[in-house]
Order: sequence, then structure tokens, then C-alpha cells
Amino acid sequence: MKERLRYRNARNLVFKFFVIVFTLISVVPLVLLILYIFKQGISVINWNFFTSLPKPVGEIGGGIFNALVGSLLIILVATMMAVPFGVTTGMYFSENSRNWVYKLAHLSVDVLQGIPSIVIGIIIYLWLVKPFGKFSAFSGSVALSFMMLPSIIKSTEETLKLVPHALKEASLSLGVPYYKTMLRVVMPAGISGILNGVILGVARVAGETAPLLFTAFGNPFLSLNIFKPMASLPLIIFNYAISPYDEWHRLAWGASFILVSMVLILNILTKLTEKRWKVQF
Amino acid sequence: MQLQVQQTRIIRRLKIREALFHKTLSLSAIILIILLFCMFLTLLVSSLPSIKALGLKFIYGNTWDPVSGEFGALSFLVGTLLTSLLALLISTPFSLTIGLFLGEYYPKGWFSALLKNAVELLAGIPSVIYGFWGIYFIVPIVRSLEMKLGAPPIGVGIFTASLVLSIMIIPFSASLIRLVISMVPVTLKEAAYSLGATRFEVIRYIIIPYIRSGLSAGILLALGRALGETMAVTMLIGNTQALPHSLFATGDTMASVIANQFTEATGKVYFSALIEIGLFLFVVTTIINIIGRNIIKRFES
Amino acid sequence: MEGTILKTEDFNAWFGSTQVLKNLNISIAKHKITAIMGPSGCGKSTFIRCINRMHELNQNATTTGKIYLDGQNIYEQNPTILRRHIGMVFQNPNPFNTMSIYQNVIAGYTLNGYKLNRAERDVVVEESLENAALWDEVKDNLHKKGTFLSGGQQQRLCIARSLAMKPEILLLDEPTSALDPISTAKIEELLFGLKQSYTIIIVTHNIQQAARISDFSAFFYLGEVSEWDETKTIFTNPKNIQTQNYITGRFG
Repeated sequence: MKERLRYRNARNLVFKFFVIVFTLISVVPLVLLILYIFKQGISVINWNFFTSLPKPVGEIGGGIFNALVGSLLIILVATMMAVPFGVTTGMYFSENSRNWVYKLAHLSVDVLQGIPSIVIGIIIYLWLVKPFGKFSAFSGSVALSFMMLPSIIKSTEETLKLVPHALKEASLSLGVPYYKTMLRVVMPAGISGILNGVILGVARVAGETAPLLFTAFGNPFLSLNIFKPMASLPLIIFNYAISPYDEWHRLAWGASFILVSMVLILNILTKLTEKRWKVQF
Repeated sequence: MQLQVQQTRIIRRLKIREALFHKTLSLSAIILIILLFCMFLTLLVSSLPSIKALGLKFIYGNTWDPVSGEFGALSFLVGTLLTSLLALLISTPFSLTIGLFLGEYYPKGWFSALLKNAVELLAGIPSVIYGFWGIYFIVPIVRSLEMKLGAPPIGVGIFTASLVLSIMIIPFSASLIRLVISMVPVTLKEAAYSLGATRFEVIRYIIIPYIRSGLSAGILLALGRALGETMAVTMLIGNTQALPHSLFATGDTMASVIANQFTEATGKVYFSALIEIGLFLFVVTTIINIIGRNIIKRFES
Repeated sequence: MEGTILKTEDFNAWFGSTQVLKNLNISIAKHKITAIMGPSGCGKSTFIRCINRMHELNQNATTTGKIYLDGQNIYEQNPTILRRHIGMVFQNPNPFNTMSIYQNVIAGYTLNGYKLNRAERDVVVEESLENAALWDEVKDNLHKKGTFLSGGQQQRLCIARSLAMKPEILLLDEPTSALDPISTAKIEELLFGLKQSYTIIIVTHNIQQAARISDFSAFFYLGEVSEWDETKTIFTNPKNIQTQNYITGRFG
């Protein structure tokens, strides 16, 4: 009996040990990855790196100015398209009963979230690139806006559902029309939650490469025309990473460093907005 | 009288705006449904030339040769399944232990908070960066491993891609597993503890049986993720259109072949065949997603 | 009755297929306090939510019959406009948490798009807060968020918010049930002062409260008005056995 108990306790401890060890091991890749990118990237970063354009093969130096500008522009346009649509859809979900539109649209959000990004790229290519006969930053933005939608819609729905009903009633009882109650009382009360979803969406698409391959396509030069091909950070990383030139690899490491830092900052930002949100209610 | 007219005008304006607001909301939900349907339709219609020309040969044929116009996607199907399943095999023990660590052993405390954030961060790192890092960090390691094993030291291939893919899906499945573990009723665990069970026994005989369906949903959804993962795999799998003969062999997945060849595809059937691969991915991931989410939803209630 | 401001005529209300108000015929006196009493589930809250047409915002909620305000059937008016003339204070204080105290009081104007200049706004805010007996406590913090106020202060802020719209009727739905006795006393005192210029209908769970502050009382039972009269009469000489049981504390 005592023997048995000792065996059971030992087994218990061994298992716990395994859980802790496996957990620690799974953090190792993250640490390695971050360290590696910082090590490779930090030496590339200087003022010139941010402000100049990539140099042709064989020349030393050059920067990623075009990709930085391109990424910002593509994401900005994507956000501007996704936010209004995502918020109105989320608002629809937050207040509607479970009729067939609700169910089908909800299913659509789930499906959209699961579609591989490369497939989104194909679809947008067929919609916006092939008919016009040219790649464009705008089509890239559309692809990214589709990928941002689920997080914006879901956070809007969940946040608005959390806004106390009493607030809505207070406004309605003052004779404020329903639409104004939603827009000027309920939305502001949930704004940090919605914002959180938007940042989360931006963080999700900031590093997306696959949907841009056949849409924004990339561009070695600086372009501000969203109806022309445009460079972006993930694209430049991909193209330079698989190229055979060391100098381009250096640029890709620098770009990776910038991209990882961006995603990190966005993630921390979502944590902060999340916290502020929780304190309020 | 003047007042009366003004009043009716105010009311009419109010009604119009109110209706406009409600219409806008329901319209966006309907547009979403239509868009998703159109997405599917677009893929289907654009795949038709390939479906007509190739038929079932598309699935069982393993020659992919644009020059002779033969398009059999079997090697990509196999490549995708192999990398995804291998990645699941490698990652599941880790996701499960992270889930147990955060959901059962240490749900609170600074280390768990740190771990949770670290895992989320891991999920946020772009795929292309995993691929880039994989080329320079994982590939040399695999190459030396291959040398020791006597395999051709290529470095890239199915195994390398699966390894990096497994790191990428850990955060996703770990957070799902943590969620289902935290939903095990405390009373159930307490009952077992009160009978003198050790923690291991509680996990083994109470928690694991209780979360079985949730666990399988988590793994299923992770599979859905892995199937469609593109960039890292494209950069690490070696891009060879042939059936892989070993784990270290190079290969191609459905997603990677699209990424590599889509912009270069000339010829109607070639282009359409690549879209058909996309359609296939769309359908498979959608089915997996719907099943997985339904299991989770049923588990939650 | 003389000085009637509100009158119901064969009024019924439903939630889906359950009838919550049955055949209501009751009149409310102008510039008086009317208390609505009754055990929980008797329809008293539903009744006042029908007066400003908030009841119909619930799903499957329906009504039949008429409610006259100043001789006009409110069910033939636009509900949104109607609510601007009828103030309502809820069980739990619900100031707008994204707005300052000042903005809260003036919210009925700003949200409805009424243009007031700075001086007019200041007057409305000061007057309303004075009327709600809150001015002295918050006059130095007008531009802070209302959330730091105590529960009782928040409730008075909500009263001020309603009063700012100069409503014809002020509806209060158990306004003190979430408050401590001192805050409750303050609000009762305040209501007493307000009836000079406002008609007040208060739903209350608290029989003593009804006896203390109201001029008229109505006793609701299972969706029906089983008795309504001057408060004095109801408490000294109830005609109905249910009323008697209720006010002597035998159920509820």
C-alpha cells in the first residue's frame, strides 16, 4: 500500500516535471527567433536604411524607404475600408436576434477567418487585378481589409454587448433617437474595445505576405499611387530572403527587425487598450 | 399651425434617419454573406476550365508539367498532408503541456502571465519571418542532422517545413486547449481530489476525458491553420513537384505551389489548375473550421 | 378628477403571450406624487415604461388601449419625441460614463441636437443641479467624470439630467432601491420639493416610502390595479383585501 502511494506520488511529480520542461522548451524558439532577428537586424539599421531606396544588385547600402511607405499606405487604406464595414456589421450582430441573416453572417465571419491568406490573394487577383490588367496597391489593401474584418467585427460585437443596457435606456428615455443612441452613447462607451479589435486586425495583417504576392506585387521604386504596384515590408523580406545576394539579405534582416518591432508594439498596444477597457467596467 | 408643420417635418426626418441606420446595419451583414458566397463562386467558376479538362486526374495524377499540359496535384496534396500532420505531431505535446501549465497548474502568477504573452507574441510574428529565420537558423541544423543520418544534406524539405510549421501552430492550439481546460468544472476536480487522487490522476482520469471533444476540436482547427500556411512553408520546403520519398525530401504544398507559380502561369488550364488548388484549400479549411468551431461551441454550452 | 394630466383607457400590455397589464383605467393628478406599489411581477415597472413607451423596445412587447397625456393619446405620437417630454430615472444610477457631470446634465440637449449657447447651457445645468439638490456638492467638479460620485449623488445626477429637459412627467423606477438610507432620505426630500412644478410617478417596493412621500397611491396586483386612491385613504382604510395584506406586510 505504501509502495503504491509512493509510486503514485512519484508519477505525479514526474508528470509535473514534464509539463514544466515541455512548456519551457516551447518558449525557446521564440527567444531564439527574437534574439536572432535582433542580432542580424540591428547592425543594418541606420538613418540611411530608413530614408533611401534599395540599390541595384552589386551596390552596397540602400534602404527600404519604399517598402516602409508602401506598407503604411496599404495598411492605412485597408483599415479605412475595413473599419466602417466591420463596425456596422459588428453592431448588427450586437443587437440582433438570431434570425437567418445573423446566423449566416456569423458563419461567414468564421469562414472568412479560416480562409488561408493565399486563397484570399487569388480571389482578389481575380476580382481586381485580372479585370484591370495590372497589379495595384489598392487590390492589396482590399485583400488585407478582408483579413482584418473578423477581428474588427468580433471585437465590436462583443464590446457592444458588454456596454451596460442601462446606458442605452438612459439615452433613449431622454428622447434620443435610436441611431444617435448607438452612435453617440453606446459606441463611445465601447470605443476602447473596438479600437482594440482594430489594432489586433492591423497587427494580424501587418506581416501578411501571401495575399500581397498577386495584388500589390511589389515595386523596387517609391510609388504613392495606390493604383500601381507598390512595395511593402513583408514582400521585400520575402523577395530579398530568397535572393542569392548577401547585400539583399542584409536589407531583409533590417526589414524583418522593423516588421517584428512593429508587430510587437501593436501587440503591446492591444494589451494596453484591453487593460483600460477592463478598468472602465 | 406653423408649429404643427415643423413638428411633422422633424418626425419625418427622424424616421428616415432611423430607417437608414437600421438598413445600413443589416445591409452590411447581408453584403458580408454575399461577398463570402461570391468568393466561393469566383473560385469555382475560374476552376471550371481545369475541372473540365482534367477531371479526377487532377487529384490522383502526380505529374505536374506545364509544358506538356499535365496537371496532377497529388504530390501537393501529399506534401500538404505530410507537413501538416507532422507539424501537428510535433506541436501537440507542447500545446497540451502549455495548456495544462496555464489552465491547470499555474493559472495565475507573473510567470504564467509572461508565458501567456510570450505565446501570443509567437502567434503574432509574421509567417515570412519564420521562413526567413528558418532558412538561416533551422536549415543548417537540419543539414548537419541529415549528414549524421546519411541523408543528402539539402537542409530544406518536408521535415524542415514541418518543424517551423509546428512552432507556428503551437500558440494557436495551446490557447484553444487552455480555454477548454479552464472550462472543466471545479467541482468535478474537487470531487476527485477529495477521494485522494493526485494531480496527475485528476488530469489523466478527469480532465482529459472531459475535454476530449474540445481537445480534438483544437487539434482540428490547428490542422486547418497548418493546411493553408503559405510563406514559411514555401521558403523551406524546397519546391519540387514530385511525390516526396522520405521525410527529408523536398516537396511542395498546395499553398506553396500557388505562391510560386501563380503569377507565372501561362495557359488557360495551367492558371485554372492553380485556382482549383485554391478552391480545394478553401473548401477543406472551411469544412474543418465549421466542424471545429461547432465542437467548441457545443463544448462551451 | 380635477387636474388630471395622464389618463389610461383600457390599457393592456404583453410580453409575447403573457399579459403583464390588464385593462388599466387610472388617472394621474398633475403636480402630485403618485406611488405605484405592488409585489414583484405585478406590472408596476411595465406600467411606467408604457408611459414613455420604453416597454415596446423589448422584443415581442405589445400594447393595446390608450394613454392620454394632456388629452392626447401618446400611442399616436412619435415615441422618440414623446420621451423628450417625459423624464425617467432608473433603479440603478446610469450616468453616461464617458461624459463629465456638466455634459451629463446637458446630454438631453446635445444628443438631441438642440442648439444652446454657452450661457443658456450654464443656466440649464445650474438650475437642474439645484433642483436635484446636487449643485452644492458638485459645482467645483462640473467637468470631471460623473463616475467618482457616490451612488446617491449619481442618482441625483440622473434626476438632474431628466429635469434639464423640463419634462411634464417624471417617472422614477424604484430610484432608491440601490441606495443607502441617507441617500434615500435626500432623494425623498428632493422629490417633495419637485412636486411644485412636476408631476411625479414613482414605482416603489417600499411601502413606508410610498406612505411618506406620495399624495396618491396605486396598488397593482397581477397586472391589474386593485386599488387606487389618495395615499391617506389607502393606508388607513384600504377597501381591497389584497391591498390590506400587502401594506400590513403579509405578502410581497
